[in-house]
Amino acid sequence: MELRPAKARLAQGHAERLGILGTGLHVDAAWRRWMLMSVGPLALFAIWYVAHEQAWVTQRLLPSPVRTLQSIWTNMTQGGMGEDFLRTLWRTLQSFGIAAVFGVPLGIVVGANAKIYRSIEFLVDFFRSTPATAMFPLFMILFGLGDFAKIAIAAFAAWLVILFNVAYGVMNARQTRILAARVMGASRLRIFRDVLFYECLPQTFVGLRTAVSLALVVIVVAEMFIGGDDGLGKRIIDSQITFDMPQLYGTILVSGVLGYGLNLVFLTLETRLVHWAGRS
Amino acid sequence: MADLTWFTPGTHITVRGLRKSFGGNPVYVGFDIDLPKGRIVSVFGPNGCGKSTFINMVAGLLPFDGGEILFEGKTIRETRIGYVFQNYREALFPWQRALDNIHYPLKLMGVPRAERNRRIEELVAGFDLKFDLHRYPYELSGGQQQTVSIMRSLVIEPEVLFLDEPFSALDYEMTLIMRDQLQKVLIARGTTAVLVSHDLEEAIYLADKLLLLTRRPSRIAEFLDIPLPRPRSPATLTDTEFVRIKAHALEVFQTAVRGS
Ligand SMILES: Nc1ncnc2c1ncn2[C@@H]1O[C@H](COP(=O)(O)OP(=O)(O)OP(=O)(O)O)[C@@H](O)[C@H]1O
Ligand SMILES: [Mg+2]
Repeated sequence: MELRPAKARLAQGHAERLGILGTGLHVDAAWRRWMLMSVGPLALFAIWYVAHEQAWVTQRLLPSPVRTLQSIWTNMTQGGMGEDFLRTLWRTLQSFGIAAVFGVPLGIVVGANAKIYRSIEFLVDFFRSTPATAMFPLFMILFGLGDFAKIAIAAFAAWLVILFNVAYGVMNARQTRILAARVMGASRLRIFRDVLFYECLPQTFVGLRTAVSLALVVIVVAEMFIGGDDGLGKRIIDSQITFDMPQLYGTILVSGVLGYGLNLVFLTLETRLVHWAGRS
Repeated sequence: MADLTWFTPGTHITVRGLRKSFGGNPVYVGFDIDLPKGRIVSVFGPNGCGKSTFINMVAGLLPFDGGEILFEGKTIRETRIGYVFQNYREALFPWQRALDNIHYPLKLMGVPRAERNRRIEELVAGFDLKFDLHRYPYELSGGQQQTVSIMRSLVIEPEVLFLDEPFSALDYEMTLIMRDQLQKVLIARGTTAVLVSHDLEEAIYLADKLLLLTRRPSRIAEFLDIPLPRPRSPATLTDTEFVRIKAHALEVFQTAVRGS
C-alpha cells in the first residue's frame, strides 16, 4: 500500500511514453519529473557530505559519500561484491519462486472454499505475525547451516504472504461477475479460469511484490547470522567486524538498490499485466 | 397442479405456486403469473417487496422453495437467456476489451470466430454507438458500459432478457437515451423481456404490461396492459393516456404500500 505513489508515478510515466500528454508538454513534463525526483537523493548526499566535512559525527563513523561510492566501485570491480550481489539475488529469487509455486495454487483453493479459509485463517495470521527471524535457530537445526536453510526460511515467510493475498483476492471476487458468467452458461471450471483467476490477479500481485521484498529481508539477515561465506548480508557483517565503514555504507546502499530494483520490476509487471487494477 | 408443459398460446413464462422465504420471512407464498411472449413486462413495487428476488428466481440465479417456472413448457436450463445487472461496473470483465466482453458468451457457446464476428456486426448495426468497442470497460462512461452489458446479453439472441434496474446508476439524460435504445432493439428483435424498475415513468414507458407488486409477502396488486402505440418517444410521457395509466398505477401502488 505504501507503494501506491510509486505505482501512480509509473502509470503516469506510461501515459507520457504513449504520448497521451502531447509531445511538447511530454518532454517538458518528463524532465521536470526527473528533476523533482532527484532533489531528495541529491539533498541527502549534500547533507551527508557536509556532515562529514564539518565532522558533525566522528569521521570514523561517517565516511564521506565520495569514499563510500569509491568503495562500492572497487568492491564491485575487484572485491567480489558483484558476486555477493548475485548470490543474494539468486537466493531471494529461489525462495520467492518456491513460495509462489506453492502459495498461488493453495491460495486459490483456500480462497475458493470458505470453510477451509476459516479453519486456517488464524494459523496463517499467527505465523504471518511471527517474526521470521525468530525461527532461524529452528530452521538451522532442521536444515543445517547451508544455503537451503536460508532459502527455506525466506520461502516460508514469503509463502504465507502470497497464500494470504491470493486467498483474499479470490474471496473478494465480485459476485456479480461470477453470476454474469453463470448466466451466460459458464461451467464451474470456466468460471474459475475465465473469472476467478483474473479477479484475484491484482491482489495476487500485491502479494508477490510484498513477498519478494520480505524474502530479500530474510535472506540478508540469514546471510548475516546463519553460516556461509557470501551474500550481501555476509559482507555487511564482515564490514562491521573489520570496521570497514566505507564498505559497510556501500553495501547497505547496494542492498537498497537490489530491493528497490526488485520492487520496480514487480511494479512494472503489475501495471502491464493487471492494467485494470483499481480502475473497475 | 396443472400440467405446465401445456401453456396458453402467447404465454412465454408460466409461474405457478412460487414460494420463497429468507430465514423464515416469506417473500412469495404461492405466486402465479403468465408473462407474454415477445413482450416487455415491467415489474414495479415497494422497496424490498421482492422484485429482484422474483427475476432472479425466474432467471435461475436464485433457488426457490417451491412451485414451478417454465418457458413455453421448457425449463430454464433449456432456455437461452440474457441478464443485465444494475451494477455494470461489476458485471463486465475489466480485463477484456468491450468487444471481447461481447464475444465471451458466444465463445462459451462454441460459436466459431467468423460467425461471432458476423453476429456482433449485425448487433452493432442496431445500436448507434458513439464509442470504440476496442476500449476497456473502465475507459467508458457508465452509459457506454451499460450499453456494452446490454449488447453482451443480446448477442446470443436470448429468448428472454432480464434487466434488474439497468439504468438506475445512470444520470437522467443517459437514462432517456438508453431507454430508447433498449426499446428500439427489443422491439426489432421481438425478445421477451422482464424489466425491474424503481421509476414508475420508465416502467410504463418501456412496458407492454406492468406488474405491480404489493409489500411482502408479495402478491399481484395489478397486472395491467399498457396499450400505448410504439415506438414511444419523449412526447409519449405527456400523452393523456400515459398520464392516466401513470396516475392509476400510482394509486394502486399507494394502496399496496399502505398494506392490504
Ligand atoms: N439473500 C438474502 N437473505 C436474506 N434476505 C434477503 C436476501 N435477499 C433478499 N432478502 C429480503 O427479501 C426481500 C426482497 O428482496 P429483493 O431484493 O427482492 O427486493 P427488491 O424489491 O428488489 O428491493 P429493491 O427495491 O430494494 O431493489 C427484502 O426484504 C430483502 O431484505
Ligand atoms: Mg432489487
